[in-house]
Amino acid sequence: MAKYETVIGLEVHVELATKTKIFCGCSTAFGGAPNTHTCPVCTGMPGSLPVLNKQVVEYAMAVGIATNCKITQNCKFDRKNYFYPDNPQNYQISQLYLPICRDGRVEIELEDGTKKTIGIHEIHMEEDAGKLIHDEWDDCSLVDFNRSGVPLIEIVSEPDMRSAEEVNAYLDKLRLIIQYLGASDCKLQEGSMRADVNLSVREVGSKEFGTRTEMKNLNSFKAIARAIAGERERQIDLIESGESVIQETRRWDDTKGYSYAMRSKEDAQDYRYFPEPDLVPIIISDEWLDEVKSRQPEFRYEKLERYKKEYEIPEYDAKIITESKHMADIFEDTVAICNKPKKVSNWLMVETMRLMKAHELEAEELSFSPENLAKLIELVDAGTINGNVAKEVFEKIFLDNIDPVDYVDKHGLKMDNDVDGLKVILEKIISDNPQSVEDYNNGKKKAIGFLVGQAMKETKGKANPGVINKMIQEMLDKN
Amino acid sequence: MGLTELTAVGLGKKIKAGEVTVKQAVEAVFEQIEKTEKDVNAYVTVLDKETVLKRAEEVQADIDSRKLDSPLAGVPVAIKDNMCTEGILTTCSSKILGNFNPTFSSEAVINLENAGAVIVGKANMDEFAMGSTTETSAYGETKNPWNLGHVPGGSSGGSCAAVAAEECFFALGSDTGGSIRQPSSFCGVTGLKPTYGTVSRYGLIAYGSSLDQIGPVAKDVTDCASILEIIASHDKKDSTSVNRESYKFTDSLTDDVKGMKIGIPKDYFGDGLDHEVKEAVLAAADVLKEKGAVVEEFELGLVEYAIPAYYVIASAEASSNLARFDGVKYGYRTNDADGLHGMYKRTRSEGFGEEVKRRIMLGSFVLSSGYYDAYYLKALRTKALIKKEFDKAFSKYDVILGPASPTTAPKLGESLSDPIKMYLGDIYTISVNLAGLPGISLPCGTDSKGLPIGLQLIGDCFKENNIIRAAYSFEQSREYKRPEIVLG
Repeated sequence: MAKYETVIGLEVHVELATKTKIFCGCSTAFGGAPNTHTCPVCTGMPGSLPVLNKQVVEYAMAVGIATNCKITQNCKFDRKNYFYPDNPQNYQISQLYLPICRDGRVEIELEDGTKKTIGIHEIHMEEDAGKLIHDEWDDCSLVDFNRSGVPLIEIVSEPDMRSAEEVNAYLDKLRLIIQYLGASDCKLQEGSMRADVNLSVREVGSKEFGTRTEMKNLNSFKAIARAIAGERERQIDLIESGESVIQETRRWDDTKGYSYAMRSKEDAQDYRYFPEPDLVPIIISDEWLDEVKSRQPEFRYEKLERYKKEYEIPEYDAKIITESKHMADIFEDTVAICNKPKKVSNWLMVETMRLMKAHELEAEELSFSPENLAKLIELVDAGTINGNVAKEVFEKIFLDNIDPVDYVDKHGLKMDNDVDGLKVILEKIISDNPQSVEDYNNGKKKAIGFLVGQAMKETKGKANPGVINKMIQEMLDKN
Repeated sequence: MGLTELTAVGLGKKIKAGEVTVKQAVEAVFEQIEKTEKDVNAYVTVLDKETVLKRAEEVQADIDSRKLDSPLAGVPVAIKDNMCTEGILTTCSSKILGNFNPTFSSEAVINLENAGAVIVGKANMDEFAMGSTTETSAYGETKNPWNLGHVPGGSSGGSCAAVAAEECFFALGSDTGGSIRQPSSFCGVTGLKPTYGTVSRYGLIAYGSSLDQIGPVAKDVTDCASILEIIASHDKKDSTSVNRESYKFTDSLTDDVKGMKIGIPKDYFGDGLDHEVKEAVLAAADVLKEKGAVVEEFELGLVEYAIPAYYVIASAEASSNLARFDGVKYGYRTNDADGLHGMYKRTRSEGFGEEVKRRIMLGSFVLSSGYYDAYYLKALRTKALIKKEFDKAFSKYDVILGPASPTTAPKLGESLSDPIKMYLGDIYTISVNLAGLPGISLPCGTDSKGLPIGLQLIGDCFKENNIIRAAYSFEQSREYKRPEIVLG
């Protein structure tokens, strides 16, 4: 198999995070009863006309700038004509002739640290279609136009990728850039990011491309990896058995683990593209372009470097925290309040990660406030609560974003620092556990742990275990 | 003089002065409709009289309380049936929209209603505005009030016939390749196609989006300027709507063309032009010359390319614009179909007429892969070159003068058998749309058969004032002629 090389290009659709649709004022909010986020424009009523949402152009420009594209300062929309009931006008407003961004590139980094540049052919703006819902009961199809007119950008790569790992690294790079821009939440599962994979194989060393197929319906990184492996194998099998690969669109069935043909090039539709006459050309002035450039945020790589330098946290931590713009925001906002970067980082790296895993949450879904995390760190540092209590309180913060100061007060979780009272308790524990005392005296220093545990139990966990440890040691050593 | 003989502005004045009530005006129109509509068939839909009278009452109250002060307050109007009217059947004279009640009104209609105009009905037209005779309507052809054996022109034939037959005081039409000016010329009324972007297209059911423009049809130039002043607006809902420096069109209603430079394209007076039309138009030029205008002939160039370029562009846009009529969401759906694509095919085969299908096929063909560059792209380039020719002309002239149509109204049934010949009849009007210019057609005589002849005046973009002034001056030299309708 190593005699073959896989050649992959991606078409990535990203739903933009605008509040309103691309050509009308309807809400883009996900969900909602069917056909409640609709108007004459996004349902294709006769006489309605599109009006371009400027925010869509700005997001597309921002993504283009971040991926080193040339911005087409005089760009236009075109109509792509095809009949389907989820497409109310029976044409989609898209861009063919003058897409807003062209000739870009991003650098990806693979597991082994090698870097590679992936070319971006173009990025264009377009409108999403509605959704068809098949009613099995009544045996009819219903159309929900809530999604009709939600803005999309399509990012078309060059055929520069050679493996599933490269594909995933590229998608991850795009996701990070777009999330950092706030242009989309890029959720593959929810469809706000969708990838079509164009794949062909050729003998290693060959200069010519093989015949490619396009695979649709890939909604997770894992599905993409499996689909690539499956399609590569299918194409090699065809070539090895003397057959030829047919240029076609295939649908990947991830549960069954194979793809099947949707349509071949022969029945490919002629979309009869032509310039959209209802919209005027978009003229992007130098000033507008500069303005969007000046608003570009600090991206992941720059942030990572800054965290290492400015906050002196390890590269490993910085990488994980910057993996999500949202988590990086929580980190920075918390540090801004308490000025303890290493401690904030620890809370994110350990407890936050543990709870995210336990509750199956994505970093984007974290909902606690930096204020409450900062307060918690202060409570620990001031010796008001001990580490175990802090973990318990953090879980409450993580889940319900409670105020830790109020919570600790209300539940009486403050550490007991009454030394005289403690002494009485400890004396009793020492006299009740002669075996442990003996073990300790015989050099089994670990035996002290049992006594500390007993003391914690006795104080209902409110004592400072460090203080107890020290006190018991002193008391035993005195004997 | 009967009430319906008044111009729109004339009636508006009398209503404001309290000499005529809105109710009387509405009743006069309904009386006329009763008398002539059966023969003329200017309307697809005449509104229920009681509903119109109720609206008349409301408008009257607003006029009486001085809430309404527009020159058209209380004046009954017909709206071409390709403009959406909320809750009122809007068919585009097609079977496919035979049951379509829009949920909103066109911006131009809203502007009219805000000014107090009273809608009487929806005017017949060529199906989806495709045609030059109003014979392609699915609801029967409209007949020319001057001679019921002749066509009224098209596609705004219903609007123009309704004005000529006095079944309304004025009408709105739309003009993609001459659809206001040519039927105005055939029906002996005045029709103005504004500069592209002047009147919002929001709510106008599109035929050729880059060419379509709504405009007034009325008895005289004063009416047209007054109506345009009301319907024109910068509308953010229409991206091609232009924010004009001035919307004052009535300021140009002055009888003064001294020093105005008028060019006559020699190319417009060659083969194919009926000699009676030619003489009447040249006589009109002489009138303006006598009034002090500087009139000279010039060569416009590229005139013969306008028709092919237009039919490529308009059909291409139409093939896409009409795709939404598919039986899924609204309008006609076939009773009998197998599967989704079967439903699409049957619905559209049964719902559209011959001319519409011809243009959808033509448009689909010129946009198809492999032909796009040869046809559509070339047509767009031709359009740009035609615009340049006009730019050159308007660097020398204020107004271009010519006929609106090579002939007067043909007989019913003469045109459809030879569509190419019908298309060639658009030669003088079409390039105005390709270049986005304003144009007006007004009566300048009748031929030996007694059919009206139209004079066309073309202005540079946003220079409606020039053509309104020239048209108004010319109009002062003659009386408005009413058709004598010989009822069947």
